[in-house]
Amino acid sequence: MKRYSVFAIAREAMRQHAGWPRAWASPTPKAKYDVVIVGAGGHGLATAYYLGKNFGITNVAVIEKGWLGGGNTGRNTTIIRSNYLQDPSAAIYEKSRSLYETMSQDLNYNVMFSPRGVIMLAQTHHEVRGYQRTAHANALQGVKTEFISPARVKQLVPIMNIDGPRYPVLGGLWQARGGTARHDAVAWGYARACSDMGMDIIQQCEVTNVLTDGGKVTGVETSKGKILCDKLGGVVAGHSSALAEMAGFQLPMESVALQALVSEPIKPCMDVVVMANTVHGYMSQSDKGEMVIGGGTDGYNNYTQRGSFHHIEETVRALIETFPMISRLKMLRQWGGIVDVTGDRSPILTKTPVEGMFMNCGWGTGGFKAIPGSGWAMAELMANGHSPLTEEFSMNRFRAGKFIDESVAAGVAH
Amino acid sequence: MSTRLATAGRLLDRASTMEFTFNGKRMQGHEGDTLASALLANDQMLVGRSFKYHRPRGLVASGAEEPNGLVNMGAGAFFEPNQRITTTELFEGLAAESQNHWPSLEFDVGAVNAKLSRFMPAGFYYKMFIHPRPLWKHVYEPFIRKAAGLGRAPTEMDGSSYEHFYAHVDVLITGGGIAGLAAALAAGRAGADVLLVEQTAHWGGRAPVDGAQIDGLDGDTWVKETVQALESMDNVTLRNRTMGTGVYDHGYALAYERLTDHAPDQDGPRHRLWRIRARQIVTATGSIERPLSFAGNDIPGVMLAGAVRDYAVNFGVSLGDRTVVVTNNDDAYRTAITLKDAGLDVPVILDARPTADGSLVQQAREMGIRVALGKGIAHVNGAKRVTGVSICLQAGEGSEIEEIACDAVAMSGGWSPVVHLWSHCGGKLIWDDAQSHFRPDASRPPLGADGLGFVVPAGAANGAMSTAEVLVDAFQAGAAAAKAAGATGKTGRGPTGDTPKEEPMAPVWLMPQGASYKLRSKMWLDYQNDVKVSDVQLAAREGYESVEHTKRYTTLGMATDQGKLSNINGLATLAGALNAPIPAVGTTTFRPPYTPISMGAIGGEARGELFQPLHKTPMHDWHDANGADWEPVGHWRRAYAFVRGAETVEQAVQREVTNTRENLGLLDASTLGKLIVRGPDAGKFLDMLYTNMMSTLKPGRCRYGLMCTENGFLSDDGVVARIDDDTFLCHTTTGGADRIYAHMEEWLQTEWWDWQVYVTNVTEQFAQVAVVGPNARKVLEKLGGMDVSAEALSFMDWADGTIGGFDCRVYRISFSGELSFEIAVPASQGRAFWDALLEAGAEFGVMPYGTECLHIMRAEKGFIMIGDETDGTVIPQDLGLHWAISKKKDDFLGKRAQERDHMTDPTRWQLVGLETTDGSVIPDGAYAVGEGVNENGQRNTQGRVTSTYHSPTLGRGIAMGLVLHGPDRMGEVIEFPKVDGTSVKAKIVNPVFFDPEGEKQNV
Repeated sequence: MKRYSVFAIAREAMRQHAGWPRAWASPTPKAKYDVVIVGAGGHGLATAYYLGKNFGITNVAVIEKGWLGGGNTGRNTTIIRSNYLQDPSAAIYEKSRSLYETMSQDLNYNVMFSPRGVIMLAQTHHEVRGYQRTAHANALQGVKTEFISPARVKQLVPIMNIDGPRYPVLGGLWQARGGTARHDAVAWGYARACSDMGMDIIQQCEVTNVLTDGGKVTGVETSKGKILCDKLGGVVAGHSSALAEMAGFQLPMESVALQALVSEPIKPCMDVVVMANTVHGYMSQSDKGEMVIGGGTDGYNNYTQRGSFHHIEETVRALIETFPMISRLKMLRQWGGIVDVTGDRSPILTKTPVEGMFMNCGWGTGGFKAIPGSGWAMAELMANGHSPLTEEFSMNRFRAGKFIDESVAAGVAH
Repeated sequence: MSTRLATAGRLLDRASTMEFTFNGKRMQGHEGDTLASALLANDQMLVGRSFKYHRPRGLVASGAEEPNGLVNMGAGAFFEPNQRITTTELFEGLAAESQNHWPSLEFDVGAVNAKLSRFMPAGFYYKMFIHPRPLWKHVYEPFIRKAAGLGRAPTEMDGSSYEHFYAHVDVLITGGGIAGLAAALAAGRAGADVLLVEQTAHWGGRAPVDGAQIDGLDGDTWVKETVQALESMDNVTLRNRTMGTGVYDHGYALAYERLTDHAPDQDGPRHRLWRIRARQIVTATGSIERPLSFAGNDIPGVMLAGAVRDYAVNFGVSLGDRTVVVTNNDDAYRTAITLKDAGLDVPVILDARPTADGSLVQQAREMGIRVALGKGIAHVNGAKRVTGVSICLQAGEGSEIEEIACDAVAMSGGWSPVVHLWSHCGGKLIWDDAQSHFRPDASRPPLGADGLGFVVPAGAANGAMSTAEVLVDAFQAGAAAAKAAGATGKTGRGPTGDTPKEEPMAPVWLMPQGASYKLRSKMWLDYQNDVKVSDVQLAAREGYESVEHTKRYTTLGMATDQGKLSNINGLATLAGALNAPIPAVGTTTFRPPYTPISMGAIGGEARGELFQPLHKTPMHDWHDANGADWEPVGHWRRAYAFVRGAETVEQAVQREVTNTRENLGLLDASTLGKLIVRGPDAGKFLDMLYTNMMSTLKPGRCRYGLMCTENGFLSDDGVVARIDDDTFLCHTTTGGADRIYAHMEEWLQTEWWDWQVYVTNVTEQFAQVAVVGPNARKVLEKLGGMDVSAEALSFMDWADGTIGGFDCRVYRISFSGELSFEIAVPASQGRAFWDALLEAGAEFGVMPYGTECLHIMRAEKGFIMIGDETDGTVIPQDLGLHWAISKKKDDFLGKRAQERDHMTDPTRWQLVGLETTDGSVIPDGAYAVGEGVNENGQRNTQGRVTSTYHSPTLGRGIAMGLVLHGPDRMGEVIEFPKVDGTSVKAKIVNPVFFDPEGEKQNV
């Protein structure tokens, strides 16, 4: 791998940038791999990366129906935080957040992790108590958060109107080392690192069937032919139930549209990420200057990657209420992605009824922040058959009723 | 230099003069000018700086596609960044400032980036700023953020207002050019309800500029007559300054009307968002000209040929005295002819095609204009404005043949249909080889709920590029849309146009064809974001081969113009780099809005006090006037406490508790949900919804009930009163009323649709007052009326009657442990009844109390509160509520779920009372720690606090909590760490702290 650095840039600048190699190879698939990962989004690529990095398993193919990073990895609002309430969530999201801290250096690819801080606003007494509870839980979980006063909120976000009139800000849960990162770069950085380890990233390759023999996975049929493997990881978000069906089992999952929008870029005016659950909306400012805004999910299932306008309207209203100055900004673009939502809105990282096949899905509205932690844990699960981080996220929890419900702490999207 | 011509300007009123300022400099324009044309008339070629390299930028276009002309406008509450000057109509006193430079537009320090551009190719930031780690947050990122962004951030609350309109039409036509007008004629004559919207202030689009002849009339005359004809049709509505912004599923569309942007002194809303349901949508959105990729194509003075023509014809403005035209098609010859006609010099038309002999070409030649075939521009000379061009062979590598002095360049790379609205909702495109553009594939339109297409492209937006073709295509489109929408009238004959014969264009994606890297690194694709041909080629080389990867890696098409000029050129460049056909590369996704629309318009009227509906009880005003400390609960406002004089809120709460326990308290309980459930199957229905048996409840009696979700979790509680055999009244929590109502409806409509039950939400039909305390009966007896004695109305009875002359329904229920009557009166009588209670209660020490007093009193009694003791993960069994779960029923919502392994796990945390050992109050949300840590290194816990208060009755901190094996550990002390590092210890006790025998309430 040609290392990226300012010196490499300077060298290439002298020769018309002709010496940059491909960031990742584009090979034809081999007949058989030790591990095949289906889905080259952030979670799939991270899974492959940690299989190689932590367990030395590099005879791996990551196969992708479209283009890598083209699903929710490239459509989200890039928020990273780990201030979750329940122990299993806090464990995996904090692992993830800590991996983001050094991701640029680990991958030699600047993913622009910006630990600028995340505030979740409390605008009802009920929310105040909820976030105080989260702060207590986080202290015991090793997640650094604090409940801050309205004055401190105002100091951190001068453009916010904390005085209502409808929902005055009563405080906020502040995670100073939460923040954002450049979403595409996360996928590209992992892809490049995987490719460098000798893994094959195969785009434009759709899985059409899962092959099994005696209850054990043996490979997949794809649009580029049969690919055999010893272990199979399904990391395909909204299409997980379809993949599971090919393997003969069911997953408790619904796919719904989640939308986001950006304003035109403006000069820096907001340095932290703000989430306002009472009024339903969240906002941060990208390095480019756009206000990046996210809202709620549609009320019906679909796969179209676009949503209903009234959600955009409600979100924008909520944010005008919170940040009156955005009223005179303009919406540049709105878009949608399909999020895979489970019964308890927590992810599934699990063995399956098919031996050797594993699933990693159900990240719903909050998957971006989990990418490295999810990959780390999934790799451990696939390599060792057990991971403390995935233990509680097994698909069997739905049968037992052992849900991991975060809705207490994060009303809307998270 | 750019200047105002002595004659012409079809949109101008030369008699009126308007003053405006640009960067503080006073300038003049005319009514009818755009800010762009007025600036050009004042020789202001330089209008801004690019995003990345801070290159000097001039206007490239004349309409919505303009990438460079963006300004800060207005001041204070009316300040707005990133206003596109080509779509900004000039008004008296307009004040604009250019953006993204320091210290000034002319001398921008950031322009050093341009000098360093070789170190800043596409994606350079992914490859550097990696080490040392802390520098990204503290140095690199702040620097990049400051350099990026465009306009300034507004700082004040918006001073303008906005509104929404709703329209239901048969046919929505977007675009008021000749295509839209022709389509409207057809649809209007057919009898369809038509809404025709046009984004500019003028009808007719480009055709009059291009000298179109229609039905034997000149363009302007035909447009005027047609608009008059349409205005005279009752079924047709025309709106200019209204842009079709987006098409959504099921024929939903948005239009954005700019009402006072051009006249800020005018009263009324600034923008209006039209929310339209249309049976059919006709996209008559025209086409946009493409730039050509030659070195220096971003230097101010290089402009699209069509735009040069627009400025000359519409505004009487010339971009320069000597304009070189460079093209790959016949249309650009119109520009040369127009300029020549205006008395300006066109030294040469560089036509990249090897041959050209169409009628426009001949006309140009006849006018004495030199036409150089097979030639292109090697590079443009100049820095902040064009000084000349170097000519080369298109087929070569860029060797200079000749240098020509000029002060403007008009370029045309062909025209691309505006397919945004067609594509928003899934309409597919096909590549048209002859015209080298993507156009709508009529066989794959966006589909409505009926599986049929609901968008019809028309005119240039459909790839019909000549006036004659446009009129035929658009008239047919309008007729087809009307027919599909159900209109049956006759459309008659459509308008016909004359067009000079044009020869085919030739695709030119690189000029010259064999351009060197040096030239390619000066060819701009995306002007605003500084993406060059070399950047796209680098992306392709590095493996970012998908058009989406290229877009995201290079930022091509991600600027505020969303790639209206750059997308096709960019993907053609990518196709070239990948050696793939253009259609195989495809386009990026078209997303709404077509051009940016204000957040204010999206929000509409709903801001400030109108942000969300505010529910007020009939007694709201009294509360407000008597010290209410409000808290939002759902859409209601409830008084947290009534603060008197100088006391604090906390003191008020303590006073209210003590007074209610000792004398008499009044609670405005009107916000509690009240749902009437009625019908022969009402009992059966409630048996399914509640864990309790409700069907056995006797008329005249009340029962406390629990409702669970399908997953078994407790979701709401409340008192159910049986009114008669078929009728129940279910009380819900304040926050739960709408949710539970919807929950009931969902089950009735989707599962038990054959049951004879209906549900009515009467929450706001009644005002309800809880009359609570030892003196409660006394005040009611003083008011007089129905018998409220213990004998006549025992605990959990209800009765109808009158009190103090008010018709009322009295429920003998208690959430405080005191003698308590909850009395419902018609909402219209609520305030009068409240006043009567206060007056009569004066001698009994009456005081109203708020929600916090309510909470404390119920906690003292060990009553659970939905939302405190429950959080969506708690089942009734956790709360010791087994007594409220019927063992006799076969089924109820949650029953099966509550039998699952985890729900019957004996290690589930159970409800207990908690008494701090030092009398202090446990902090809200605290957890009780256990021994050691779990496998993930997290501290083990064994319980948590769910409600915690200082009890004035007991004079100490009390709490309720869920604790591992809690009920079996009475008397044990457990530890709750606080966030400050200290901790508080508490003893596990019975959750009923006060009057466990119920002596106070059962009197």
